[in-house]
This record gives sequence, structure tokens and C-alpha cells, in this order.
Amino acid sequence: MCGTCGCGEDNSVTIRKPSENAHTHYHTHADGSVHSHSHNHDAHHHHHHDDNLASHKHEHSRSIEIKLEQDILHKNNLLAERNRGYFEAKDIFAINLVSSPGSGKTSLLEKTIKDKKSELDFFIIEGDQHTMNDAQRIHEAGAPAIQINTGQGCHLDAEMVNRAVKQLEVKEKSILVIENVGNLVCPAMFDLGETKRVVIISTPEGEDKPIKYPEMFRTSNLCLINKIDLLPYLDFDIQNLKNYALQVNPHIEFIEISVKTGEGMQDWYNWLNKNLKK
Amino acid sequence: MHELSIAINIVEIAQDTAFSAKLHSISEIEIEVGDLSGVIIEALEFAMEEAVKNTILDGAERKITKIPAKAKCNNCSTEYDIEDVFTPCPKCSGFDNEILSGNELKIKTIIGNTN
Repeated sequence: MCGTCGCGEDNSVTIRKPSENAHTHYHTHADGSVHSHSHNHDAHHHHHHDDNLASHKHEHSRSIEIKLEQDILHKNNLLAERNRGYFEAKDIFAINLVSSPGSGKTSLLEKTIKDKKSELDFFIIEGDQHTMNDAQRIHEAGAPAIQINTGQGCHLDAEMVNRAVKQLEVKEKSILVIENVGNLVCPAMFDLGETKRVVIISTPEGEDKPIKYPEMFRTSNLCLINKIDLLPYLDFDIQNLKNYALQVNPHIEFIEISVKTGEGMQDWYNWLNKNLKK
Repeated sequence: MHELSIAINIVEIAQDTAFSAKLHSISEIEIEVGDLSGVIIEALEFAMEEAVKNTILDGAERKITKIPAKAKCNNCSTEYDIEDVFTPCPKCSGFDNEILSGNELKIKTIIGNTN
């Protein structure tokens, strides 16, 4: 779905494995909509919903009030629970990996896969607005990967993950990492059915991110503090960061790492192993 | 910018409801948005303008109600108003709290016409 205007429901989200050829849509808007980006367009989709509801107005029509009390994210939450049930039944440890762009999500996965692929089975779902780059990197690191391109969308949702999991053929007793779109705001609202949510913050980002983007830290189980090798060059106090994160989520855990130097990575692997045995 | 996904979800729920209740039009929809729901009401209103076009919600009156956030302290059980999830307890200054309200994001009522 196009997150800017809502056009192109399914056909602007693409899900592909690195081995599959890219396909591109060439259609552009011609209906005079106010937004300016171009994207593929189902000629009927603005109108087709009306078809089965259209009826003639009768003089005796009656006004009724329906008390709905329905959660607007109900559909996403139901699908997320279905995903969660599937993961539980197959003993899949599913991680929703979230962070700002550039804090090291893909690098962390590359290193983790290279270090641990002989002991653990990894499957990776990559979420980005555009490009197959991340799925390609994971594929080269040695794990099965699938790329979801959200087009204009700013987050993954449970339905995209549901479709991607089916295509990826995730094995039992494996670790599934869903690398969300780099964004500290929108992904917080969308449950994907994950077992644990892991947020990465890198030291150059500044120590007050948890209170600037509280929802993401509130809903995460583990906070990985990455790029600690840069600490000597930055005005970044790890304890301040932890204090801020604990204000929004007193139960969050922390692991300090440097993907580049390998420092702290063993703690991260221990955390993975501890959760796999549960 | 997730408000647009939310707006599209609202339209889909309204369409499903209209279909099952055999409504041929909807005159009013009432939506509740909690202060902590992560949705900005102005952004939602803007997104709704676009999302409702040529749907059953086109022309329906939209009532969006803001729900204030309240929490209960997990240390001393004090209930208090909060502006964000890290507002400390006024009694014991603790941060460990349970959100009582403010996460709402729901369609409360739909008023429509049957045949």
C-alpha cells in the first residue's frame, strides 16, 4: 500500500527473494490527485468498493446507529496473533528488529549469521521502502532472506510478514529476524506477531532518543547499544541513555555491542541462546 | 505518516460494517483516539480527507474524540494523569506504571441508513 495516498493497495508492496528478478511498474497517476509522486495504479481501486454496496435510495430508508467499539488496528492485531501462533507451534524465535536508519541492523545480522550459522538456523525478512540491497547482503552472508519493499509505506505490518513467511519457508526451531523499515516512529504501532522486539540505538544518535521516541522503547524487550567503539569520540553517556530508556520502560534489557570490533557480541549470542531454550 | 494506513483501515471497517448491516449510506462515524495511541489527530483528519474519497464514508460526518491518558503506578497504586509514558508517579516518583487509558484507537459508532 502507498503510505502517502493509499493508492495501489497490494501492487506497490513487493516481496521477493534475492534470486528472483526485479519487476517494475510503470503506471503513473492520471486522476488529478493532489499528491505528486508517481506509482502503479489499479484503475478500479478507488471505486470498486462501492459496487456491492450501491443501492437505490428508498423513501422509507431508516437511520440506525451501530455501536461498533472496534479497534482500528483489529485486523492487523488478529493477523499478528495468527503469525505468533504459527511461530510458537513451529518453535520459531521471531524477532522484530527496529531502529532508525543507519544504526546497524543489517550489519548486526550479517555478523551474527557469519559467526553463528554453523550452530543456528537463521531466516531473515528485510523491510525497506526500496531496493533489494539488504536481502542481497544477508543472502551473501549465508542465510535465506526475503525482501519486502513497502514502496511509500513507513512500516511493515502483520499481513506483509504473513505473506513473506510463507514464501521464505521458515524451518522449525529456527531464528526468524524481521528487520523492520528504519524508522523509530511508525513501526512501534504495528504488532507483527514477533516473540521479542529488539531496538538498536547507535551511539552517534544521541542519548535522549528513548524519550524522544518513547513508544519504540516502551514496546521493546531488548535495547542493543551499538557502535560503542565510537564512544571516545562522542559526548554520549551510556548511563544517561539507559536511565532515559528505563523511564519509558522499566523492564527493558540492555546489551552494549560494537558490530565492527565484535565487542559485546558474545552477550548478544548468549541472549539469543537463552531465548531459544525457553 | 502511518495515519494514512489508519485512515484506510477505518474506511475498510466502515465498508465491512455497512455491508453486513445492509447500510446504503453512512451519515456519521465516531472515532476515539487516545493521547498515547501514536496517532496525531490533525494528520489523521488530513489522511481521512483522501481515504474516504469515492467510498461509503465520502460525505459522512467524522467525529474524532481525544481520550486523555491516565496511568496507575505499579509501586504505590496511585492513579494519575500523564502527558507521556514517562511521567513519574506524583506520589512515589516511580516510572513503572500501567496505562489505564490513552492507547485507544477505535471506531465507536457508525450511523447509517438502511433501505
